[in-house]
Amino acid sequence: MGSSNTEVEALMGGEYAQGFVTQIESDTLPPGLDEAVIRTISSRKGEPAWMLEKRLTAYRYWLTMREPEWAAVRHPPIDFQAISYFSSPKKKPQLASLDEVDPELLATYEKLGIPIEEQKTLAGVAVDAVFDSVSVATTFRETLAEAGVIFCAMSEAVREYPDLVRQYMGSVVPHKDNFFAALNSAVFSDGTFVYIPKGVSCPMELSTYFRINEAKTGQFERTLIVAEAGSRVSYLEGCTAPMRDENQLHAAVVELVAMEDARIKYSTVQNWYPGDDQGRGGIYNFVTKRGECHGDRSHISWTQVETGSAVTWKYPSCILRGKDTVGEFYSVAVTKGHQQADTGTKMIHLGENSRSTIVSKGISAMHGSNAYRGLVRVAAKAENARNHSQCDSLLIGDRCAAHTFPYIEVKNPTAKVEHEATTSKVSEEQLFYCRQRGLSQEDAVSMIINGFCKQVFNELPMEFAVEAQKLLAVSLEGAVG
Amino acid sequence: MLSIKHLSASVDGKAILKGVDLEVRAGEVHAVMGPNGSGKSTLAHILAGRDGYTVTDGEVHYMGRDLLEMEIEERARQGLFLAMQYPMELPGVNNMIFMREAMNTRRKSQGKEAMDAVSFMKLVREKAKLVKLDERLLKRSVNAGFSGGEKKRNEILQMALLEPLLAILDETDSGLDIDALRSVADGVNRLRSPQRAMIVVTHYQRLLDYLEPDHVHVLAEGRIVRSGGMELARELEAKGYGWLLDEVAA
Ligand SMILES: Nc1ncnc2c1ncn2[C@@H]1O[C@H](COP(=O)(O)OP(=O)(O)OP(=O)(O)O)[C@@H](O)[C@H]1O
Ligand SMILES: [Mg+2]
Repeated sequence: MGSSNTEVEALMGGEYAQGFVTQIESDTLPPGLDEAVIRTISSRKGEPAWMLEKRLTAYRYWLTMREPEWAAVRHPPIDFQAISYFSSPKKKPQLASLDEVDPELLATYEKLGIPIEEQKTLAGVAVDAVFDSVSVATTFRETLAEAGVIFCAMSEAVREYPDLVRQYMGSVVPHKDNFFAALNSAVFSDGTFVYIPKGVSCPMELSTYFRINEAKTGQFERTLIVAEAGSRVSYLEGCTAPMRDENQLHAAVVELVAMEDARIKYSTVQNWYPGDDQGRGGIYNFVTKRGECHGDRSHISWTQVETGSAVTWKYPSCILRGKDTVGEFYSVAVTKGHQQADTGTKMIHLGENSRSTIVSKGISAMHGSNAYRGLVRVAAKAENARNHSQCDSLLIGDRCAAHTFPYIEVKNPTAKVEHEATTSKVSEEQLFYCRQRGLSQEDAVSMIINGFCKQVFNELPMEFAVEAQKLLAVSLEGAVG
Repeated sequence: MLSIKHLSASVDGKAILKGVDLEVRAGEVHAVMGPNGSGKSTLAHILAGRDGYTVTDGEVHYMGRDLLEMEIEERARQGLFLAMQYPMELPGVNNMIFMREAMNTRRKSQGKEAMDAVSFMKLVREKAKLVKLDERLLKRSVNAGFSGGEKKRNEILQMALLEPLLAILDETDSGLDIDALRSVADGVNRLRSPQRAMIVVTHYQRLLDYLEPDHVHVLAEGRIVRSGGMELARELEAKGYGWLLDEVAA
């Protein structure tokens, strides 16, 4: 029944609460990309020569590549010369302590609910905040240092821990991997570096907060997490951006390396600006995330809640190289308005007895388009590999779409690969039923949606599970008249 | 309590109800019978406020208020309950949590405090026993994959929990086995009180034998064509609707 769909859609059309712009003086390179720009980025960051070389190699390779077209998303061609590749808040270099951070910036993070001031921090969560291209604050450094954990901005890591960075950066996602990975390798601005020494369980949740503020800038962060044998870490990233009419590009690369018996849990709550009702503006979120379960019995788990961005193109993946390794992917992707998402995962089974689990929940409303694209590959020598995939789609209204593209390549006969997929609808009947029992339309919708996402929310660290639920609820807020 | 005056309604331009009159006072049980497609569920849905129906004429008052002006959830919070002919499935929504939400919303509108999880669990188990609903169904998603009879029992369980003032049961007896029929009837009888009223839509005399309604109505071709007592139900059971429709047409 038409009228009711409109109501449901109105519910989904909540305002984007993080759409404000911070008035702050910034130092932004003019738009355009060539070798000189890359040299400038590198020198602004005081990088060693090898890093510049790496960037230039990636850039030259990128020039030979073409933007991929296979994803089930549509957008006007991106003019890579119209983007500024570096922007940083002006008053900043070399902060000795948080007291020196621009108060405007602190106010911004406060508005966003990011606990950047240590005393206000959620117990046990250390935060790194990346504003446009630069990391502005990292909290709890001392506590972490005592445990031997390194948690710092990537640009700092390049200077302070060059051996580690040199050894691992690009080892999981080489610059030749794909178009956006090559671009990122050439121009990456900042990001986070995490190193957990052998046998150490990181004493707190680590978290990075990304925000794009400046107009016409791209954000190209680079994150690298190395977990040595027997170590454990849980890491969370969150993202927002102001509302702007033009599209902005976010092309990040995240690499995870887990040694023997190490365990990495990586959670994302992505809420970049999705664009307006007409489909104007919004972030293009083209991200390469990959983890390598290098050592035997290592374990990498990706959890993502993707509610923002105009276009998302993202496949957090696991290379299960060691024996008895475990890879997991839990995803909720919401597309409403004119948002498009093509997301999923790749589980590459190389080691014996490697196991993987995929749980993907796609929610589409209004004109939203949501595609799950997943690859499960079992190599010839991966005896007894196991995969279970479950892909569920929930449709709200008649004009949205959901697609599932599972690719399965099995070269070992002992493999067990299972795939389940369902598509369901939030129907007028269901809402009528809930409301007949006294629930408001809002509560009914969020109950159905939370029920649908439960399996994924259960994987998030507790306080972020609550955040994620709220984030879904925010899109529903204030829409019932 | 409920006063329906000359209610006419259409779906997609097709007239379904053509002047329904019905008075329901507190304490009464009314049975509504009638051939398939005569508009019984339509009437029930309109009373509950479901979208998709256009009221073309008439009025409905509930507890002194204009019912047709009230939102679906507002009607429910004011004690109107509809046990549906085809209860909807809510995959992923835990049955117990759903019922607790419903219960607490109702309590809130009555100015009562929300019930904590433990007391609610106790209460729901107790009531589930009464309607002979397998406890395991409480842990599953609302109605998802329930058998036809299980869905009906689940409706009655919700009714028992919410203790509505006006309960409308749309063919809750269809598809129930004999034991379930009795427990549904018991559930309804237990709820009977001078403050409450019920409208029971059914095709079968068996349920009515348990309930002993005060009034029996026949809805045919969008109108209540005859009202009476239990003897009318018995006559219909014996003779079908043909004779009545002929009499009405004559
Ligand atoms: N959405 C709709 N679109 C078109 N016709 C409809 C719609 N809903 C109901 N009708 C029609 O309205 C008439 C009355 O339907 P209703 O469900 O109220 O009958 P009923 O008396 O409950 O029948 P039963 O005893 O079989 O349950 C039927 O002819 C039905 O086909
Ligand atoms: Mg019916």
